[in-house]
Amino acid sequence: MEAYIAQGMHGLAYGMVLFLVASGLTLVLGMMGVLNMAHVNFFMLSAYLGYQVVAWTGSFWLALLIAPLLTAGAGILMERFLLKKVHAFGPMAELILTMGVAFIISDGVKAVWGTQNLPLSPPGSLSVLVNIAGVQYPAYRLFLIGLAVAILLLMALVLYKTRLGMIVRAAVADAGMVDALGINVPLVFMTVFGAGTWMAGVAGVAIAPILTVSPGLAAQMGMDAFIVIIVGGFGSLGGAFLVAILCGLLSAFGVQFLPQYASVLLFVFMAVVLAIKPEGLFGEKES
Amino acid sequence: MLLEVSELNTYYGQSRALQNINFHVDEGEVVALLGRNGMGKSTTLKSIMGLLKPHSGQIRFNGRDIMGLNPYKVARAGIGYVPEERRIFPNLTVLDNLKMGIKGGKIDKSNPNAWTIERIFEHFPFMKERTHQKGGHLSGGEQQMLTIGRTLMGNPRLLMVDEPTEGLSPIMVKEVRNVLEQISKAGIAILLVEHNYKMAISIAHRVYLMGKAHIGYSGTAAELEADAETRKKYLEV
Repeated sequence: MEAYIAQGMHGLAYGMVLFLVASGLTLVLGMMGVLNMAHVNFFMLSAYLGYQVVAWTGSFWLALLIAPLLTAGAGILMERFLLKKVHAFGPMAELILTMGVAFIISDGVKAVWGTQNLPLSPPGSLSVLVNIAGVQYPAYRLFLIGLAVAILLLMALVLYKTRLGMIVRAAVADAGMVDALGINVPLVFMTVFGAGTWMAGVAGVAIAPILTVSPGLAAQMGMDAFIVIIVGGFGSLGGAFLVAILCGLLSAFGVQFLPQYASVLLFVFMAVVLAIKPEGLFGEKES
Repeated sequence: MLLEVSELNTYYGQSRALQNINFHVDEGEVVALLGRNGMGKSTTLKSIMGLLKPHSGQIRFNGRDIMGLNPYKVARAGIGYVPEERRIFPNLTVLDNLKMGIKGGKIDKSNPNAWTIERIFEHFPFMKERTHQKGGHLSGGEQQMLTIGRTLMGNPRLLMVDEPTEGLSPIMVKEVRNVLEQISKAGIAILLVEHNYKMAISIAHRVYLMGKAHIGYSGTAAELEADAETRKKYLEV
């Protein structure tokens, strides 16, 4: 029983982090129609920046604060000066541009930090085990779940209780019409893009103590994040949340019960869902 | 003149969708832009709104050059746009759809004529009962009313309405007509693109008729009523 609880918590923690990454990806896709291939590279970049901040200051908390902000800044620059410029050339040009940025970040981190795995230790206060229902569980993973829940609540608050949130939800449905109503949609796009990369950045630093910092981080998280937004339905935050948690649990229990098939379980899950609902669980059918 | 369009040219790729379009709308006036399908009526509205970038010409609104501006800047200048496809936000409630129309998010209390949610409910009573229903759950006619109400919340001086009666029942067509008449009486100018000639002529002061990509006729509603030959040339299928 204890093993189930521990694996369940592991899955939940990973699912939460996956959601932090996937939510920005799906929001940008739903609203701007841009599949940002560089999104998970920003997630990885933030982990490296976090590593660097820790190396310089010795403070994990400072890293968690600064690295995601720097990452969001990089995301905003990309949106303002690159993405906006190619927007007129259509989605294919945007897709290729984001792939280019992904390569630049990928090779950039290798050039600066090398290809080896870099350790990032959790803060001392969280490097302990706590007792949950008789199970000794790492406090840091509990913190990770709490952090993701806090950001999720903040995001829900902004999306459903503020005018900005209402505008974002309307823009996911029809950004052109929002523009025609007198709302500065380019500014809203930039804000959402920045918020999305910030969340990916938080996830990058937060998961670094568990996965270690390496150039493979983007690919590792990338595949899962894409599965989440495809299965959840493009642009659906609710769908992304549900599927991210399911993916986390499926990965964790897959490793425990079907270790030889663990790596394909998520793809089987995706194939089954898409065979039944090609638009994803909460996606809208193409009219 | 409130809106003045001169020598406007718009292209779709290589093909010219608008050719030297000239027309104007005065303050408080109802002007109908009529013609068969594919003549460029909707393209004209989209070009004014900034949803399509015109190639050349001039668009002046309230004395200001607005050609080539982003749609949100055109809207802020005082032009409201009710698109052909209605384009309500189906995932937002009726109330939130209306709130989306409020420029800057706050009703201008210094303006006694500013549209408020209550005033919209007076004109469209059904919305009051369905405040918290999702926009996507409304009927076609109700969605049309919601789009008009949402646009009014931005206090436009000119309302551009594209095919508001398309696909509506005769009763709803009458309703839409009455609503447009009330809006006109409130002093808002209307530029109406409409396939229903009778409906358009019943509220328009002046009419422009479009042939392929150009304006071929302009006159008062009464003049066009008396000119069967012109109607046949530009409107009959």
